[in-house]
Amino acid sequence: MKGFYARRLHSLLGIIPLGLFFIEHMITNFSAYEGGKESFDQGVAFLNGLPLVLFLEIVFIFLPLLYHGIYGLYIAYQAKPNNNHFGNERNWRYTLQRVTGVLTFIYVAWHVYDTRFQVALGNVTHEQLGGIMHNIMTNPVTFVLYAIGVVSACFHFSNGLWSFLVTWGITVGPRAQRVSSYICMTIFVVVAVMFILSMVAFRNVEFQDPTVAFESIRALVA
Amino acid sequence: MAEAVSTGNPAVQQTAKKVKFVITRQDKPEGPSYTEEFEIPYRPGMNVISALMEIQRNPRNSSGKDTAPVCWESNCLEEVCGACSMVINGKPRQACSSLVDKLEQPITVAPMKTFPVVRDLVIDRSRMFSALKKVKAWIPIDGTYDLGPGPRMAETKRQWAYELSKCMTCGVCLEACPNVNEKTDFIGPAPLSQVRLFNAHPTGEMNKEERLDAIMGEGGIEACGNSQNCVRSCPKGIPLTTSIADLNKETNKRMFKRWLSV
Repeated sequence: MKGFYARRLHSLLGIIPLGLFFIEHMITNFSAYEGGKESFDQGVAFLNGLPLVLFLEIVFIFLPLLYHGIYGLYIAYQAKPNNNHFGNERNWRYTLQRVTGVLTFIYVAWHVYDTRFQVALGNVTHEQLGGIMHNIMTNPVTFVLYAIGVVSACFHFSNGLWSFLVTWGITVGPRAQRVSSYICMTIFVVVAVMFILSMVAFRNVEFQDPTVAFESIRALVA
Repeated sequence: MAEAVSTGNPAVQQTAKKVKFVITRQDKPEGPSYTEEFEIPYRPGMNVISALMEIQRNPRNSSGKDTAPVCWESNCLEEVCGACSMVINGKPRQACSSLVDKLEQPITVAPMKTFPVVRDLVIDRSRMFSALKKVKAWIPIDGTYDLGPGPRMAETKRQWAYELSKCMTCGVCLEACPNVNEKTDFIGPAPLSQVRLFNAHPTGEMNKEERLDAIMGEGGIEACGNSQNCVRSCPKGIPLTTSIADLNKETNKRMFKRWLSV
């Protein structure tokens, strides 16, 4: 595929569908903070009750994720950051976009292995995922690692939204790009806070599930 | 009065003041690069070019050893030709408009290594001219008969297009861009902005698809990573990122048109 189309597809998939899924994921997680276990379980049940859920997962999440992630690593490889000589804010965001992209790639691989992959293997059920999260969040080491991954993902999404607007010719002039920077960085703060709050919510004892203790420990060791 | 009494001959004092330069040198295209220090007598209002001229007159480094004079390129000496671009105190810029009084010392001078170094500060900017050829940065009006006057250009459009026409192909934006490097074939911001200039021209617009197709090819517009160093370092203040974003819109339209019209 010619570079132009490959890069445009990368930009598009980052927001549609991946960005939309990211927001959906944030809302579902936040239900754990807002309504506790019951509310979160309802959200999980609703998503799994969607028709053609496996098809939706593959076409709208896994394949775009794989493409965006692998092509993104190539983009990160091609960069030659020069922040020591050009210390402006936009140039820092250029470098951070690539750093957080790689961090998010690693984090998402780990996170999917912990959750959806274990469900696919039949080791756990969707209903036990809250318990798995509880175990991860109550361990200080994995909590911090998750927090780094989550904040990276939030930045990568929010700043990616800013560059999506440039790439698709929506924000053209400097004023439009400045205003969209403020909006996107506000989105970063809001999204990051909501994700962190839901991570804290999973520490609540109501998510404790003795049946998943074994699987989650095994997942962590691996 | 007190000043007149305490100081001796002011001319002697002035010649005693020195400016220190650390210059990155290279003897031949594939040779290793090394730095050499020079101490040059200060003169009021001097710029980096006049300092290099002083080294040329008296090619002796700061340890007093005779050395080969430093090679550089310069032409207009008023920041319109783009020939004397080099990295001065870490920033790519024109040596002619780099006034010594406004630079922190020691002044470091290095070639723009995004381009092949010919010798010392002399670089080969051919890639920029190849890029201009690639994107067809001209207006084809040659023919066998007089085509008559072209369409008029709106004054409002002429005003912003004129800003784009100030590009002197100096290469500073390529040097500043983190995506122009040996791992990509990105042509850089300058030729992209020229596409916008020639597509804005009422006659040039007649061939705008050819130019858009060119920047949708290898090393074209998609390689922009939005670091926006180019617009901040352009000595002519060209709105390069606005050009790129506008061309993003135009190339996207072109992409869908190409798909849907066949």
